[in-house]
Amino acid sequence: MATEAIHDPTFLFGKLGWHSIPLYDPVILGTFVGVVVLGSVLVGALTYYKLWGYLWREWFTSVDHKKIGIMYMVLGLVMFLRGFADAIMMRLQQVMAFNGSEGYLNAHHYDQVFTAHGVIMIFFVAMPFVTGLMNYAVPLQIGARDVSFPFLNNFSFWMTASGAGLTMVSLFVGEYAKTGWLAFPPLSELSSSPDVGVDYYIWGLQIAGVGTTLSGINLLATIIKMRAPGMTLMRLPIFTWTSLCTNVLIVASFPVLTATLALLTLDRYVGANFFTNEVGGNPMLYINLIWIWGHPEVYILILPLFGVFSEVVATFSAKRLFGYSSMVYATICITILSYLVWLHHFFTMGSGATVNSFFGIATMIISIPTGAKLFNWLFTMYRGRIRYELPMMWAVAFMLTFAIGGMTGVMLAVPPADFILHNSLFLVAHFHNVIIGGVVFGVFAGINYWFPKAFGFKLDRFWGLVSFWCWVIGFWVAFTPLYIVGLMGVTRRMRVFDDPSLHIWFIIAGFGALFIAAGVFALLMQIFVSIRNRKALAVDGDPWDARTLEWATTSPPPDYNFAFTPVIYNVDAWSDMKAHGYSAPTSGFKPIHMPRNSGAGVILSGIALVLGFALVWHIWWLAVVSFVGMVATAIRHTFDYDRDYHIPVETVISTETSRLAPAGVSSEG
Amino acid sequence: MKIDMIQNTNSRRSPYLRQPLTWVRRVGALTLATLVAGCSSDVMSPAGHVAVQLRNIMGISTFLMLLIVIPVMAAVCIFAWHYRASNERAEYDPEFHHSTSLELLTWAAPLTIIVWLGAITWVGTHQLDPYRPLEQIDARTPVDPDVEPLIIQTVSMDWKWMFIYPQYGIATINEVAAPIDRPIKFELTSTEVMNAFHVPALAGMIYTMAGMQTTLWAVGNDPGVYEGRSSHYSGAGFSGMSFDFHVLEQTEFEDWIDKSTQAEALDRQRFLELAEPSENVEPMFFDLADEDLYHAILNRCLLPGEVCMDEQMMNEHARKNGGVRGAHHAGAHEAGQDELPVQGKGGENDRETLSDGESQDPGELESDEKPAAEVEPVSLNDNSREALTGQQN
Repeated sequence: MATEAIHDPTFLFGKLGWHSIPLYDPVILGTFVGVVVLGSVLVGALTYYKLWGYLWREWFTSVDHKKIGIMYMVLGLVMFLRGFADAIMMRLQQVMAFNGSEGYLNAHHYDQVFTAHGVIMIFFVAMPFVTGLMNYAVPLQIGARDVSFPFLNNFSFWMTASGAGLTMVSLFVGEYAKTGWLAFPPLSELSSSPDVGVDYYIWGLQIAGVGTTLSGINLLATIIKMRAPGMTLMRLPIFTWTSLCTNVLIVASFPVLTATLALLTLDRYVGANFFTNEVGGNPMLYINLIWIWGHPEVYILILPLFGVFSEVVATFSAKRLFGYSSMVYATICITILSYLVWLHHFFTMGSGATVNSFFGIATMIISIPTGAKLFNWLFTMYRGRIRYELPMMWAVAFMLTFAIGGMTGVMLAVPPADFILHNSLFLVAHFHNVIIGGVVFGVFAGINYWFPKAFGFKLDRFWGLVSFWCWVIGFWVAFTPLYIVGLMGVTRRMRVFDDPSLHIWFIIAGFGALFIAAGVFALLMQIFVSIRNRKALAVDGDPWDARTLEWATTSPPPDYNFAFTPVIYNVDAWSDMKAHGYSAPTSGFKPIHMPRNSGAGVILSGIALVLGFALVWHIWWLAVVSFVGMVATAIRHTFDYDRDYHIPVETVISTETSRLAPAGVSSEG
Repeated sequence: MKIDMIQNTNSRRSPYLRQPLTWVRRVGALTLATLVAGCSSDVMSPAGHVAVQLRNIMGISTFLMLLIVIPVMAAVCIFAWHYRASNERAEYDPEFHHSTSLELLTWAAPLTIIVWLGAITWVGTHQLDPYRPLEQIDARTPVDPDVEPLIIQTVSMDWKWMFIYPQYGIATINEVAAPIDRPIKFELTSTEVMNAFHVPALAGMIYTMAGMQTTLWAVGNDPGVYEGRSSHYSGAGFSGMSFDFHVLEQTEFEDWIDKSTQAEALDRQRFLELAEPSENVEPMFFDLADEDLYHAILNRCLLPGEVCMDEQMMNEHARKNGGVRGAHHAGAHEAGQDELPVQGKGGENDRETLSDGESQDPGELESDEKPAAEVEPVSLNDNSREALTGQQN
């Protein structure tokens, strides 16, 4: 199957042909049938209930940061289900492939599965989740009307979705990369990967990368320029601080990824030799470049969640965050240091001892500000009055889990220890420990924390608890065995095992994955049950007795966020307002100037998807047509002068007077 | 030069740093033993001095970190329980959000651990640098300067390992052996895709990359058969890319060598056949018929007409220096090293890529090999490589 005949490209369809559709693979065929059936049901239902117009007008074309934030979360959740299905497939394969069995996945399929799992979980799950939370919460936390560039925000989202879409297309048309999630050359070069998999990888990431970079610029400008009066940098909510640092990292590092993939593209498409073994090419160059992006990326993912935990721990301990300034400086330290450690991903490539020591010690130094953060959360709980709502439970689970993940991370930062642990399942267990224990737990804390803000009702506690315990127990059951076999020297990305004594560990890990699956199911149930019981779960503007500005407005907030721009006098602006007895103004409203929705982002990204597909399959005419189409659409959009409108003062008054709780916002200016 | 310097520094430092660490080392080993109690494994109970030291460093660092991680985790649990909202007796102080002394502590505590860990890292990384020739064959025995290290030239291929023993004129696939207590110097490269050479019982892993050479020193102290494999994913046949590493008594080792000297001859033609992708390859033994084989693999000039990378670089350098080959050759040789795609540090290791460990006289090179102008430059891309291979087959 892997070696199907290479077919001659045609003008009309490029390399695409009937042979590109893997009907011969029962696993893919079954998935395909399932997706088609479910997809038809979904499309049918939307059509039947006449929801397309509503979705288009109110959501797809929306430039409202809140709706875009929610769409990011939905994208993350949908892609999470795909990435998680890959994870289950891998666990199952590793349970089966013992005692001479080849398992149920051949190398051609298995290698795609672990590559897709990594790429999807990082780029299309973790990134959308993180961007979604930032998009939703940051403008509200700083008292802004929207982000700096609302249309760009919509465009960024759709480019991310378009990249995700192209990656999903590879499941049924052609194949995905079989290279591991960072597509190291020379394996990813034409010489070893002549198929379209790596091309899907490249164009999926390039399209999504446009979205990520632009959204980074957007949020950076928003935080720098659009803070409410009085909100100095040292009065920013910690989540906004961590978002600021994250977006600095995005803006500084994603162009490196774009450039690196562009060079790989040149190698593959026009016969350049940047990373080949031949005529002066050097694969190590790629590995350096990709990790110069890749390490900051790790902090892009985790920093905003450190922010979420800071908000959650302070809110539910009913205390101001301990050591606000030291938290800020710790975040900045991590931001800077994250650029100085990339080589720790390849200590074993034969760098000299001094180079290895430098990068090892630099890596350990990151654990100092990270440790300080952990202490700060700890002392926030100290002499607090801790309410164990769901977000706080995730925060405590995070602290315990992340402490272990951080420790194994520092172990790997010691080059001699890395010489025996690198590329082992210990490494796999470590980064899942920090990504699940940090990023995923943080996202769940954030979802449970801000869901009432976004929709006006809390998430169901029972299913939330089920999800919580399944995830936390499942995580440890699934990954402790990987730590253990990693210490026994078992390598990652193995499809088949010889040593029968290892079997038991993979069976345990498989059970852990089932626990997590139950947690995922409970999460979906939690959302479903909460929507059904939304009346009973309804809340006012500030259900958690929270501390930061986003809780000063209604839940859900009106389109314009704040009728009057609040004035900030202290850290924890909303606590400060509550302490000083502010009440919402009832008069003096004015019409509010707002950006108008636009479909251009959807259209541009749709064409980008076609362009990516054409480039993957070498359908040159389509590539040219779609590229020209993109440029034309973009130019046409610049002539669209009808970009704004005013919310009439009557609407503002009726919205403000119907607020459930009299929330305090300072009077004008 | 660089290596000598490091050695001196270390020996100067040793009385101060090594001794006080002994107890830490013991506790570290104990910590690890507790961590993976009951699981015997090559990583945790290695058969070679290098791997033992790697394990010990891992143990010490784990122990040092547990010094802070365990109290912090305990404190999380205690605070989380004690300050729960339903506990009326717990003190509540919403204004407690700053304390200079506590904040100093929160930065100083991890810093202290990292200072120790950093020192261990610096010393350990230099002592256990895979490029650094062995000084001890085990904790008590220094290397006997009269024993010649065993050189094993290791080539990762799609998807198997070739081991060339230049001192014995043999080569093997997917089986490798060494006599106990004799220092081994692995010189490693790859035909195409990256892999990582890893025998957990013996030493740390090191990458193998085409057109580049890495080095790994190791020694086996306990006789036995240990699993080795590629630990860097390299494509479809990756899972089956494992081999047995035999640590043998001297006489057994000689028998093992004899097995190969009587086996089939390995020339370039045969090598090119073997280089074709294959999976789950059983061990094979060869009599090395082409002494230049490893040099040709490393410098990517296996096919007739291909210019070796080292030669090409020298030629280019000579051209830059005015084209007078003879007069500048010695200089070209030295400077050319910097441009060689050799992994690792400068100094003696680099010289080896050029000449496979036997330092060649520059003058000899000139007379032996054709001048650059006469060598037909061959396009080195893979299509032509495949085409050429195809023709030969």
